[in-house]
Amino acid sequence: MTSEPAMPPAATAGDTITRVDLTPTQVRPPEVPADPGPVPGREVVFDLSTVEIFYGEARAVTDVDLDIARNEISAFIGPSGCGKTTVLRSLNRMHDLTPGARVAGTITYHGEDLYGPKVDAAEVRRRIGMVFQKPNPFPKSIFDNIAYGPRINGVRKRSELEGIVEQALTRAALWGEVKEKLKSSALSLSGGQAQRLCIARALAVDPDVLLMDEPCSALDPIATARIEDLMEELKETLTIVIVTHNMQQAARVSDRTAFYTAEADDNGRRVGKLVEYDATATIFTKPSDPRTEGYITGRFG
Amino acid sequence: MAAPTLPAGAVLQPRKGTGFRQFKSAFATVAIVGAFVAAAVPLVALVYYVAREGLKVFSWEFLTTDLPFSQRSVEGGIYPAIIGTLIITVGATLIAVPLGVMGGIYLNEYGARSRFAAIVRFLSEILTGVPSIVMGLFIYTFWVLPRGADGFSALAGSLALGALMLPVVIRTSEEMLKLVPHELREGSLALGSRKSRTIRTVVLPHAAPGIVSGSLLAVARAAGETAPLLFVIGATNLVNWDWLSGSNTALSVQIFGNAASPFVPAQERAFGAAVTLILIVFLATAIARIVTVVYTRRVSGAA
Repeated sequence: MTSEPAMPPAATAGDTITRVDLTPTQVRPPEVPADPGPVPGREVVFDLSTVEIFYGEARAVTDVDLDIARNEISAFIGPSGCGKTTVLRSLNRMHDLTPGARVAGTITYHGEDLYGPKVDAAEVRRRIGMVFQKPNPFPKSIFDNIAYGPRINGVRKRSELEGIVEQALTRAALWGEVKEKLKSSALSLSGGQAQRLCIARALAVDPDVLLMDEPCSALDPIATARIEDLMEELKETLTIVIVTHNMQQAARVSDRTAFYTAEADDNGRRVGKLVEYDATATIFTKPSDPRTEGYITGRFG
Repeated sequence: MAAPTLPAGAVLQPRKGTGFRQFKSAFATVAIVGAFVAAAVPLVALVYYVAREGLKVFSWEFLTTDLPFSQRSVEGGIYPAIIGTLIITVGATLIAVPLGVMGGIYLNEYGARSRFAAIVRFLSEILTGVPSIVMGLFIYTFWVLPRGADGFSALAGSLALGALMLPVVIRTSEEMLKLVPHELREGSLALGSRKSRTIRTVVLPHAAPGIVSGSLLAVARAAGETAPLLFVIGATNLVNWDWLSGSNTALSVQIFGNAASPFVPAQERAFGAAVTLILIVFLATAIARIVTVVYTRRVSGAA
C-alpha cells in the first residue's frame, strides 16, 4: 500500500518548460515599434493612438497604438491585469459607466473621434456590439431577449420583430435549437446556448463591430468550437475584436493579434501596455519582442 | 517524489476525538431545534389565544354591521373599522410605495456615491427608527391642526402611515436594486439602451419580487399601527368611504379603545377586531406573494 509504480509525477512536468523571466529589469526595450503602420488595402475601423486609460488616479493601461481593420478578427492576448479588457471596453465607451474611469489619447471610429463632444454613447453602442465573458441573458423569454435591441430602435411591428429575431438567431447558429421554444425563458438555456443567444442579441441591432470579452471562458470545448466557427462566418460582414486568455484560440481565429503585458511603472504600480501588434502568424511564429516570445513559448512549452 | 503513504490497517474507522466532535454536533442540533421551538411557542400561543377569544364574536354579522354606540352593547360589529383600515392602508401604500421605489432608484442608480444621496440615505435610516407616534404627531401638527375640525380624515391617517412606510420602502428598494447583477445592466447598455430604459426594462423587473416583499412587510406593519392614527383620523361609529374628508376609524384603534374597556362585550369586540386584522394582513400578504410569483414567471419565463 505504500509503494506506487514508477511514473513521472505530473507536478514536475512544468520543470521541463523553458521559463522566460518577464520581470521588467531583464526585458530589452522593443526594437520594433508596436504599430506596424498602415497596410494598404485594409479599411481601418478603429485607430487608437497614445491611448491611456485611468481608473481614478490609477493608470490601468498606457501606450496603446493600434488600428483595427474591417472584416478582420483582432485578438487581444496577455496575462491577467495587462489591460486588454480595459482597452476593449474603451472601444464602445463602456467605461462611461464606471465612475472615475477616463480615457486619454485618441480613438477614432471610421475617422470620427469616438470620445468627441457631440458623440452619443448610446449610438456608439448600437453600432459597436459587445459580448461579455459571462453569458448575461436577460430574465426574459428568448424572443424578448433578441427583440430587446430592435425595440430600443423603435421596431414595434410583431412581424418585423419576428423576422429580425429569426435572422439574428440564424446568424448566431442557434435558430435550430430554439425555434420551437422562443417563448420560454432565456435562463433555461445551457451556457453555450446562452452565449450564442447573447451574440444573437448583439447581432439583432445589426452592428458594425462586435467586441467579445473572453466569450468562451465559461464554455466547454464543444461550445467554444461552435462560437469560433461562428466568428469565422460573422467576419464576412463584421469586424470582430476578441479578448482571450486562450492563446490557441487567438492563433486559431484571429487575423491579427495584440500582445499586452503589465509592467511596474516608476511608482511601482503595475500598468498594462501594448507590447506588439501584428499579423497573428507573425506574433506566434517570429514575434519581434522578447516579451511576446516569452509569453507564447512559456505557455506552449 | 513519492506518493503520500497511506496508514497501514483500517483507514475507514473513526479517528481519535471523533466521538467528542459527534457529541458537539448533536448538541448543536438540539440547541438549534430548541431555539426554534422557543421562538415558535409565543407565535403559536399568540395566534391561538387571539383566535380563541376573537372567534367567540366572529361572524358575518360582526364583519358587516356598524359599531355600537355603547361599549356595553353586545350588538354591532366592526364594519366601519374594516373599511377604515383598508382605505387608510391602501392610501398609505399608494403614497409611500411609488415615492419610496423612486427614491430607491435614485439612491442606487443615479445618486450612488454622491453627497446628496449619502444624506438621503442617512436621513431615511434615522426615519426608520422614529417612533410611530411621532409620525402621528407630525401629521397632526402639520396637516390636521391647520384644517381645524375638518382636519381629521382617512387621508391624514394615510399620510402618517405613509411617512412611517416611506423610509422602509426606500431602503428595501435600494437594497434590492443593489442585488441586480451588473452584467444585466451592461448587457442592456451595450445594446444602445439608455439608462432610464435599462432601469425600466431590465433592472426593475429583476428587482421587483424583492421590492414587493419589502413593501409588503412595510404595509403589514403599517396596517396594525395604532399610535399614528390615534389623533389624526378622528372617531366615528359609522362607515365613511371618503378617503379625503370626514372622521374615520380603524381596526387597530378599535382594538386599543375596546381592549381597555371595563365592559366584557367591548373586550370581546377587541379580540374579534384583532382576528380580523390578522386575517386581512394574512390575505394581503398571500395575494401579493401570488401576484409576485405569477408576474416573475411571466417576465422571466422560469418555472
